Amino acid sequence: MSGVPAPEAQRRRRRGPEHLLTHRLARWVDSRLGTAKLARTALNKVFPDHWSFMLGELGLYCFIVLVLTGVYLTFFFDPSLNQVIYRGSYGPLRGVEMTEAYRSALELSFDVRAGLVMRQIHHWAALLFLASLGVHLARVFFTGAFRRPRELNWIIGCTLLILAMLNGLFGYSLLDDQLSGTGLRIVYSITLSIPLVGTWLASLLFGGEFPGPDIISRLYVIHILLVPAVIVGLLTAHLAILVRQKHTHFPGPGRRDDNVVGERMWPTYAAKALGLFFLTSALLAFLGGVFQINPIWIYGPFDPAEVSAASQPDWYMGWLDGALRIMPGWEIRAFGFEIPNPFFPGVLLAGLTFGLLYAWPFLEARVTRDYAEHHLLDRPRQRPVRTALGMATVSFYTVLFLGGAADVLAATFGLSVNAILWTFRFLCLLAPPLVGWVTYRLCKELSARDGVPTASNVTVGQIPGRLRHREERKEAEPESQALRS
Amino acid sequence: MTDLIEPDVTGPDGAGPDREARGRRVELTSAACFVVATLASIALAVVYWQGGQPQAEGVLLAVSLGGIGTGIVLWAKHFMPSDEVAEDRHPLQSSEAEIAEFSADFEAGQSTLGRRRILVATAGGACAALGVALVFPVRSLGPRPGRGLKETPYRNAPIRVVLESGNPVRPADLEVDGFITVWPRGHTDAADASTLLIRYRPDQGFEPVEGREDWTVDDIVAYSKLCTHVGCPVGLYQAQLGLLLCPCHQSTFDVMEGARPIFGPAARPLPQLPLALDDEGFIIATGDFSAPVGPGFWDRGR
Repeated sequence: MSGVPAPEAQRRRRRGPEHLLTHRLARWVDSRLGTAKLARTALNKVFPDHWSFMLGELGLYCFIVLVLTGVYLTFFFDPSLNQVIYRGSYGPLRGVEMTEAYRSALELSFDVRAGLVMRQIHHWAALLFLASLGVHLARVFFTGAFRRPRELNWIIGCTLLILAMLNGLFGYSLLDDQLSGTGLRIVYSITLSIPLVGTWLASLLFGGEFPGPDIISRLYVIHILLVPAVIVGLLTAHLAILVRQKHTHFPGPGRRDDNVVGERMWPTYAAKALGLFFLTSALLAFLGGVFQINPIWIYGPFDPAEVSAASQPDWYMGWLDGALRIMPGWEIRAFGFEIPNPFFPGVLLAGLTFGLLYAWPFLEARVTRDYAEHHLLDRPRQRPVRTALGMATVSFYTVLFLGGAADVLAATFGLSVNAILWTFRFLCLLAPPLVGWVTYRLCKELSARDGVPTASNVTVGQIPGRLRHREERKEAEPESQALRS
Repeated sequence: MTDLIEPDVTGPDGAGPDREARGRRVELTSAACFVVATLASIALAVVYWQGGQPQAEGVLLAVSLGGIGTGIVLWAKHFMPSDEVAEDRHPLQSSEAEIAEFSADFEAGQSTLGRRRILVATAGGACAALGVALVFPVRSLGPRPGRGLKETPYRNAPIRVVLESGNPVRPADLEVDGFITVWPRGHTDAADASTLLIRYRPDQGFEPVEGREDWTVDDIVAYSKLCTHVGCPVGLYQAQLGLLLCPCHQSTFDVMEGARPIFGPAARPLPQLPLALDDEGFIIATGDFSAPVGPGFWDRGR
């Protein structure tokens, strides 16, 4: 670049880059740390381009928005269970006795300027955070991106998903409104249901019997400090491993297992990523401003003797709530001991779910005897068995999720709740094999039409559509390469 | 720098003056986005200064962020190089020589450690003991789960049942098919003691559980309000059918038959409270519930 002679006029206006403040600052840092080489490597880092590779990025941006809005909220929220009388500006609740936690959440919503929009952006960001993590997980699963050498990042990713779910639950449980209190009641009972240690765990977590004097202040520290700190640590590791191992890419001309084809990080990719961050934040700001979420003033302060109909958790806990509803009324009792009903859907199912999720890369490698490194992604249709199993699993959790809304569905469509729940009980057994079989047939059909052999290495050029597009592009390439040198 | 950023638009109108005009249009659009974002930010500050309005704040913030985002994306898509380059992957694994060198250095150090067997053993023991000792403060987090889960304030029976206001209840306060929530006197804030009083119709076919024939007064029966599933308040009463429904997970209890669960995930009946009348004609509880209230736990039956 320095070799390009600038026109005289321009040279007079600017004194050259070496006088810029940023330039001098970079030199100052470099002379102390020697960062130029590393920074150049970073600039030239190659990232493959595909829309589905943005899903994890989207989650990262949601997390940033969560941290920024969350910090603002902590300046006003007080996680205290002290009883106070509400005297704020929301008329219907004036004079009502409530906890300081609920009062400060109301104050934050009605009397702190920009407080409500921040609270609502925070909540929407949590919903979108979990959604993007879920879809990112699905992308990684269905394209086989979890295979060697990326099992570590799969494990970190699963842990991040669990932490995000828990922190979402803890977050909306802090406000001590009627809905969050009901949620905590269920959390307490599920903890209580664990054999042998349940009563101890529940007592240690809540500081005693439900409602427990300490639960809100403890969840607060966990929600704003512990879990976010662990998330930041794991996220850093997730990204560091991604950089070290380089991103996977889809098959295409010139794309092999021993290279990575894509855009350089600087400047295009970096600019697009920055743009996506702003667009994600814009979406969240719009949702937070215009669409009401978690209107705690309608629910009222928590009263353990009351509950409102249609109490639903946030969407990402819906599958667990649905599992609690769909589970038949069974429990195990013997010799005066018992394993209560909520243990099976609330602890066992959740444990199995995440246990299987963690184990998947190792199970698949074992069954397929494929221990080789993979940097080229599968198309879902190329792996009918994996895709079918994945879709069967998705259908199972979708049925559970819908089961969590059984009462709302009943009210909306004028049906009997019992009939709906019985339907879901059968569906959660019938849907997975059916969906799995249909998916398997579809994969076979599609890959037969492509002429792509399934479950084997795919040579480049066999992916129609992509191929043509890339070849058109190729012609433009030498030109831009020449300009670059 | 500008020399490099030749637009790389691979659309149908790829070359010539058309392309230049298009580039100009995109540049103007992108610049307009940034200008709109600036205006929205100013408006946002004004709205806040004037007292704030959540919807306006959200929309203006969205326009501001969206303007910047759209501007950057247009800029990147049209005026930044979009050439595809290939980078080689190098084996992630260390070479055998590197591993051997590492092993040699590590083992050289390890052998000096290994020679002090007593130190290794005692140091290990000390760390383990410290680890165990540091677990103990966990115990401070909560009290030992004792009788509390199996008892309620009704254990001090006979005790009057009262409304949330603290007022005692006479049978006449309850209409036929009516139900109210009551607590033991002095414990209206006890989460485990909320109780449903239900007045069934005399001809509704109420069947007392064996041994509880005298637990009702004037067709009024009392059950714990906490669902035996996960402890939600069982707040819906279908008087015609004599069914109690939990709104959380749809467990259904038959009031006429000892509140046994007839649908949903609950596996145990709602515990019943023995009722009687005191000298002044107010309803009292003559004992604690027939079983521990609320959700099940490991040693509930002990």
